[in-house]
Amino acid sequence: MDLLRFATAGSVDDGKSTLIGRLLYDSKSIFEDQLESIELASKNRGAETTDLALLTDGLRAEREQGITIDVAYRYFATPKRKFIIADTPGHQQYTRNMVTGASTADLAIILVDARKGLTEQSRRHATISSLLRVPHVVLAVNKMDLVDWSEERFDEIYREFTDFASKLDIPDLTAIPVSALLGDNIVDRSTNMDWYQGTSLLYHLENVHIGSDRNLQDVRFPVQYVVRPQTAEHPDYRGFAGQVASGILKVGDEVMALPSGLSTRVAAIDGPNGPVDAAYPPMSVTVRLEDEIDLSRGDILCRKGNHPEPTQDIEATVCWMDATPLTERRKVSILHTTRMARAMVKEIAYELNVNTLHRDQDVHELGLNSIGRVKLRVTTPLLIDDYAENRITGSFILIDEATHRTVGAGVIRH
Amino acid sequence: MTQPASLALSQLDALEAEAIHIIREVVAQMERPALLFSGGKDSICLLHLAIKAFAPAPVPMPVVHIDTGQNFPEVIEYRDRIVEQYGLTLVVGSVQDAIDAGKVKEAPDGSRNRIQTPVLLETIEDNRFDACMGGARRDEEKARAKERVFSFRDEFGQWDPRNQRPELWSLYNGKVHPGESIRVFPLSNWTELDIWDYIRSRDIEVPSIYYAHDREVFLRDGMWMASNEWAVPPEGVETQVRKVRYRTVGDATLTAAVESDADTIDKIIEETAATRLTERGATRGDDRVSEAAMEDRKKEGYF
Repeated sequence: MDLLRFATAGSVDDGKSTLIGRLLYDSKSIFEDQLESIELASKNRGAETTDLALLTDGLRAEREQGITIDVAYRYFATPKRKFIIADTPGHQQYTRNMVTGASTADLAIILVDARKGLTEQSRRHATISSLLRVPHVVLAVNKMDLVDWSEERFDEIYREFTDFASKLDIPDLTAIPVSALLGDNIVDRSTNMDWYQGTSLLYHLENVHIGSDRNLQDVRFPVQYVVRPQTAEHPDYRGFAGQVASGILKVGDEVMALPSGLSTRVAAIDGPNGPVDAAYPPMSVTVRLEDEIDLSRGDILCRKGNHPEPTQDIEATVCWMDATPLTERRKVSILHTTRMARAMVKEIAYELNVNTLHRDQDVHELGLNSIGRVKLRVTTPLLIDDYAENRITGSFILIDEATHRTVGAGVIRH
Repeated sequence: MTQPASLALSQLDALEAEAIHIIREVVAQMERPALLFSGGKDSICLLHLAIKAFAPAPVPMPVVHIDTGQNFPEVIEYRDRIVEQYGLTLVVGSVQDAIDAGKVKEAPDGSRNRIQTPVLLETIEDNRFDACMGGARRDEEKARAKERVFSFRDEFGQWDPRNQRPELWSLYNGKVHPGESIRVFPLSNWTELDIWDYIRSRDIEVPSIYYAHDREVFLRDGMWMASNEWAVPPEGVETQVRKVRYRTVGDATLTAAVESDADTIDKIIEETAATRLTERGATRGDDRVSEAAMEDRKKEGYF
């Protein structure tokens, strides 16, 4: 059984909570005491029906205001797969939460109300899924029961979406007409829409092929920690612990360490349950090398003919997540793989309007929840790849030097 | 390059890899980390993952137990044996000592659940821990579903749910000022069933009270409580011997048993997969207080 992480975005109005509630309920992942507790809470609020949103809106402030303010993680499993849902709010003021949910997602569900068609929120979610390179996108056209199960309406929305998406980078798009409320095309195929030839949403989630989404070509092993027991039993053991970012690392392979540029061979790979012949993403292992070379946290093992570019100048698309706007000349800490450095904002080239994709070049600062192109100068060379090639060596977060808060997230574009 | 099917990681292997990555980040980024160990199944898995993360070197941080003094003896025996076996350093934060010193007072019903928090905070302060790892999971409770893996706490140990650090990719921000700290939850993405699957597949020993056994119990608020020196049946309530097991291990005054025939790991997994009640809903008096009981306790510094 493997693991699929998917992100949803939206508000109660789109039927997002109903959709999640149904996936959880139909897969028997809602427990009786949870259901009882939200039935009681719904009644206490004077609601006539049980509000499934109360399942996901766990914080007091969310319950009081009836809104989702933060990412909630939900879990369910079918005999085929385990699923992790990153359930995020849809409003503009929570763009950063949407970006957070998308950063680890294999798949994004963009929920559209069949009556309303594409909204700003659905465009924003599509844009963010594309920027964060979520490999699979599902356009779920919901509330089909309220448009008489109309194929014309579904086609219209699909065309509207693909027109917009043509300016984006969405490698795999699947459109599914659903009614979350009535369950049509959620778990079982709908009997109300004979014109739809595709699969149900859950079938798609269970079967979408994610194995080849990983980069197995370019060996990148960021060193996290050096294991040196110095015990009587293991006086000379020196292993480099880390999680494989990409590529396949095998015992006997020639590897190059960066930034030193020194080459050696892999002597052994220790996995959590004993030695292994090969390591690939997302395995956490400890690598032993044939020669004693200079290698420590923040360095990367790669290959001589295929390595990341060490550079102090980084161009990236940044989502700003702090109330104090990002301005040119500002200094921040940057965390890239396992390396922490300092960075200065050299230039804010433009702000991206995530609803229209317009690039506003007159803007030279990024406010909370804004996304824009930023040029950074870093104190020490970072070993970067293009985010399109590598989601791990192509991403970073920015940390405020005074408050230590995480204030920004960036994807690197050469 | 073709990719053979064997290059896929099972979901359990993927969760293991993620947890080990997080544990190593804690030790690499933080000055004085600690691992919270209660002897419960989640913290047992966490400890095993920490052992794997640094092998063959010893676990480079102490193990902390916040001891309410109202423990199941099987659990304390297990704790001491594991500490000995893996050469760990054990730090005990004693709720009894804090009561004796007049620093805290137990609740009128004898519960020591709430006063664990000040003892935990004092233990963190006294040892100047800047990171404490725990075995909490997001599927346990709705406030936990919204908590970060690296969860920032201010100098009072408080969690501010509306002001959490965004957490993206597998990049964790452990920067703190002196006095502030991070609570870390490497098992965030695990479910109760994942824990049992892991215990089975890695052949991990857990305290005997997790397996079905005969025990003298009585009914309190619809839950089976073990009759012992801290939990005495109210007048008129008879105790009886039932075959029970524990789904969670907490304070002996609060943690209820469930009726069960599951006396092997396979039966436990079968039972866990079929159950219609959450483990906290079924067994924990402490979470039944209100819709936001957990959120409120976490804001005060609880795990």
